[in-house]
Amino acid sequence: MAAKRTTTWAVVVGGFLVALGLAFVVSRFASSSPDGLNKVAIDQGFDDTETNHATADGPFAGYGVKGVDDQGLSTGLAGIVGVVITFSIGLLLFVVVGRRKATGGERDAAAATASSGSAP
Amino acid sequence: MHIPDGFINAGVSAAAGVVSAGGIGYSLVKAKETLSEKLAPMAGLVAAFIFAVQMLNFPVAAGTSGHLLGGCLAAILVGPYAGAVAVAVVLVVQALLFADGGLTALGLNVLNMALITSFGGYAIFRLIRGVLPANRGSVVAASGIAAVLSVVLAALGFVVEYAIGGNGGASITTVATAMLGTHLVIGIGEGIITALTIGVVLGVRPDLVYGAQDLLPTLQLRDPSIVAGRP
Repeated sequence: MAAKRTTTWAVVVGGFLVALGLAFVVSRFASSSPDGLNKVAIDQGFDDTETNHATADGPFAGYGVKGVDDQGLSTGLAGIVGVVITFSIGLLLFVVVGRRKATGGERDAAAATASSGSAP
Repeated sequence: MHIPDGFINAGVSAAAGVVSAGGIGYSLVKAKETLSEKLAPMAGLVAAFIFAVQMLNFPVAAGTSGHLLGGCLAAILVGPYAGAVAVAVVLVVQALLFADGGLTALGLNVLNMALITSFGGYAIFRLIRGVLPANRGSVVAASGIAAVLSVVLAALGFVVEYAIGGNGGASITTVATAMLGTHLVIGIGEGIITALTIGVVLGVRPDLVYGAQDLLPTLQLRDPSIVAGRP
């Protein structure tokens, strides 16, 4: 039954492509209404306490790419940038986390026992 | 639910920053101890997926939208420690690169949307699973309900922060009523997205769902015999 199991990396790559598609294509159809918190702030009159964002002039500020006039494309490209960056940081962070566990003294021990094969 | 600069005063923002830095630092250490090798790349995917879905604001009422927070989803997929770190990665990238969520409010946002949703959501998920039969349907149902409540908990986090150090002088009771009511509705969207995603991953690779690993022992016990059959 379990002959053709989807590999973990196939799931990861598949999921990554889904994320790219959502960020690039579906993002342009997202609602532009204020979100729950911003709406409450407007209704309750504390939205004007918001101060300028330090990176408001950045190239991707507000989920757009500076210089790209087409709104949908601008949002989509910003989405791709975000997905790639979060994926890279996440992978780096967690694969580094995974590696650290296996390095150190354990590596020598593993080599000595010629891998008992039951590491968690 | 990204808090911009200015809504909450500097003292409370700084205190939240300290709590969040400690919470995420501790989570990273714990993730190091508990995250299995096969779930490590999944945690990277979870960050990217949550970033993408957070862009997809859905309408919840006239002139109001909501989007996935993702902490509960992340916690069920890769465990609350790695889940909280994954969402924190998303929040940091959003604040620095996309000017979404204030830089001074980053600690508040990590607290509400990464730590509270991951740990609160996961605790609720376990509680609900405890009273349901041990099968995949229960995991999907529990993930949906826990996700709804995780958004309400995050909104409650904001209410508490606003009560202690909010600017603008709005009435706490009206802010509380509006925040919790709105986010209960947004939470339904969170619950649907979370349940659907968990359902899909359970269908493809149930062993990649951290919160469903107790369902697997019978599958895992057969593995050694399969492996033993090979040279």
